Amino acid sequence: MRDKIRVKFEKTGMMKFIGHLDVMRYFQKAIRRANIDIAYSEGFSPHQKMSFAAPLGIGLVGMGEYFDIEVYSIQGSSEDMKNALNNTMVDGFKVVSLRKLPENVPNAMSSVYAADYTVTIHGDNIKLSPKELSEKIIAFYNQDTIITEKETKKSTRMLDIKPLIYSLTSVDGVTKMCLSTGSTDNIKPELVMQKFCETYLGIEYTEDPILFDYQRDEVYTNVAKEGEAMKLVTLEDMGEVIEG
Amino acid sequence: MIKPALRDEILLKIEKPVRYLGNEVNMVKKDPTNVDIRFAMCFPDLYEIGMSHLGIQIIYDMLNRRDDIYCERVYSPGLDLDKILREENIPLFSLETQEPVKNFDFLGITLQYEMCYTNVLQILELSQIPLLAKDRDDDMPIVIGGGPCVYNPEPVADFFDIFYIGEGETRYYQMMDLYKKCKSEGLGRKEILKKIAEEIPGMYVPALYEVTYNEDGTISSFEPIYDTVPSKVKKEIEWNMSDTFYPEKPLVPFIKATQDRVVLEIQRGCIRGCRFCQAGMIYRPVRERNVEFLKKLAVSMLESTGHEEISLSSLSSSDYSQLKELVYFLIDEVRTKGVNISLPSLRIDAFSLDVMSKVQDIKKSSLTFAPEAGSQRLRNVINKGLTEEIILNGAAEAFRGGWNKVKLYFMLGLPTETEEDMEEIAILSDKIARLYYDTVPKEERHGKAQITASTSFFIPKPFTPFQWARMYDKEDYIGKARVVNAKMKSMLNHKSLKYNWHEADVTVLEGVMARGDRRVSKVILEAYRLGCMFDAWSESFSNDKWMQAFENTGISIDFYNKRERDLDEILPWDFIDAGVTKEFLKREWKRALEEKVTPNCRAACANCGLKPLGGAICNER
Repeated sequence: MRDKIRVKFEKTGMMKFIGHLDVMRYFQKAIRRANIDIAYSEGFSPHQKMSFAAPLGIGLVGMGEYFDIEVYSIQGSSEDMKNALNNTMVDGFKVVSLRKLPENVPNAMSSVYAADYTVTIHGDNIKLSPKELSEKIIAFYNQDTIITEKETKKSTRMLDIKPLIYSLTSVDGVTKMCLSTGSTDNIKPELVMQKFCETYLGIEYTEDPILFDYQRDEVYTNVAKEGEAMKLVTLEDMGEVIEG
Repeated sequence: MIKPALRDEILLKIEKPVRYLGNEVNMVKKDPTNVDIRFAMCFPDLYEIGMSHLGIQIIYDMLNRRDDIYCERVYSPGLDLDKILREENIPLFSLETQEPVKNFDFLGITLQYEMCYTNVLQILELSQIPLLAKDRDDDMPIVIGGGPCVYNPEPVADFFDIFYIGEGETRYYQMMDLYKKCKSEGLGRKEILKKIAEEIPGMYVPALYEVTYNEDGTISSFEPIYDTVPSKVKKEIEWNMSDTFYPEKPLVPFIKATQDRVVLEIQRGCIRGCRFCQAGMIYRPVRERNVEFLKKLAVSMLESTGHEEISLSSLSSSDYSQLKELVYFLIDEVRTKGVNISLPSLRIDAFSLDVMSKVQDIKKSSLTFAPEAGSQRLRNVINKGLTEEIILNGAAEAFRGGWNKVKLYFMLGLPTETEEDMEEIAILSDKIARLYYDTVPKEERHGKAQITASTSFFIPKPFTPFQWARMYDKEDYIGKARVVNAKMKSMLNHKSLKYNWHEADVTVLEGVMARGDRRVSKVILEAYRLGCMFDAWSESFSNDKWMQAFENTGISIDFYNKRERDLDEILPWDFIDAGVTKEFLKREWKRALEEKVTPNCRAACANCGLKPLGGAICNER
């Protein structure tokens, strides 16, 4: 059984314009540059054993992004490997932590359950005092249902996103939310803000001009047993620090 | 971090915003206020294409080794961003500092293929630099062209201040020093250009030459305006390929570039002397890089980039004398670390089949042969040393080794070509298919043989023995492809054969651009005014607009394409000394018509003109 390592990283500044596939390519090469002893598949075109948690859309800053790798061997401590990777990063990418996963922990992609987002008004594109914003966000979240149109590849369906918004607050002009994330019931913060704009601000949601800046702060898994209430743990905390 | 030149709204709207952001691994960062010279290096096509080009990476690395120079990059904005830049009057910017190109000292543009010429105008216009060199004032960057197309720069002469004729490694430092000196003396643009033309070998400043024409449209004279400016511009050659500039830390794009791999140029030039091949003539003599130098480079480039593939690059890799040592080194040392090895342009023999079976999946890969002509007679005309026997032996060996896919490349429209020569393309393809069924017993076959023959149309290029040859009309070219296609369909094994041919529109235009004179710049300008851009991309190429441009400017395609030029005619590129002499080219043209083969450089010296310059291969014996 090969060791699995979970890497947490930040994607900031203009690197927010790099798409998910290119982020994967970037880290595949970074891992080679940093001499991490990553495991490869068999065959004529071996590829690295790597699995990303949740793709982040173009234009979003990520402060708690994750991927898992399988390695043939662990060289040094968490800190050593983190430094090796950070020595080869470009501005805008930074490895925050690197941890070994216990054997029974599912991989990053299948464990994603929720994510925290921070949303701020882009420049002064919406004229609204922090106090007003806060009140309207509270009113918006206090609705019994929040019915939105959710577009899938095939069709558009009506969906109540209220139960998928685990929290929503706005303080000093900074709006924070925790949203259901992952392969089922994936909710994007843009969808929440679009509905908010249309129903509580009475304005059309646009991307030109941009109304909001989005940042994903953290990604969580749910460790609750069946029947228990939701219990969120960061993907990072599922791993253990490798001591030198 | 640098602030992007484009605001978020634009970056979110356009396709692949990463093309315009820079910040790649191994990008050079400098404080632009701390350098004396700012150089913008441009490949006039999309980022993915331009980033795949080794030459720019060599010059980028070379210029940035100096503390007083900051070399940055710029590529053609896609059509979506092009529109926005025009609408919002945003000047084209460099990737590194995201600052307007018009504020730089130099704008270097590499000319790798003729169909990028309208993109050159796009780059200039979006940079807010006047399209014509004569309209630029002292504040504008000096626009300098390089690359293989500068062996006839005349069709774009009006748009450039300087052309650097030859290999980039040799004269840039000297030119930069002279530029600094001129600047410190307060010289203006015209004086600086004249000094460069006078003092730096390989530099052609078109404004300093005057061309007159005969009544029949051919050139009557081509002379420098000043006595101090050389009448012949001599191409620059890097003689020591193992002690020269090579980027140990090449740039690593975020998006997948055409060459998403480490490129190792193992040698420059070619010993073969194929008469249609411009690269084989202008990069003479062949110069190998030392194998130890290459091993070291391969390892350091893989380490600094993290690329998962390395590709050997040269015109004919099989002719590299240390190939076995290099390839087995790569297989032993880097393949074990999950790195793929890609080996283009290998002759098919026991060695290459062994190597290919180690580095590729036989079931998926195919064998490639480039006979270029279907008949032995025509292969003799073009001096392609590949015989039918070599092809069939190579193919048989490969079939026994498990391959069943073969790709064949041919040209149509070669000098002296007959209908028989065209049909021989189908006959040779069929022979290879038959060979597969004869060689491999039924129970060992992996399905049918898959023979794919592709033809392109031959375009005569300057400084080749075929530079005097005529071309044909679009309809003639299509007719030639039809002959091949009909013959293919009539072959016994036609179910195992596939035939592809190229469109002929672009061929005709490329012909005019390749051998045109200064008057052709009017057509290029007019085509651009009519909206032509990205002509190398079939989805944006508009033949109608180009034809309109010829009509509007009164320039005749036939004059440039359909004349067989007289051997005494002054050719637009005659002012360049490309190493190979005109006597040699004439001799080779004559031998071609006599169907005589000329041995390769290693077998015998053909006295092409390079020997007196002191090439190692020329003086081996």
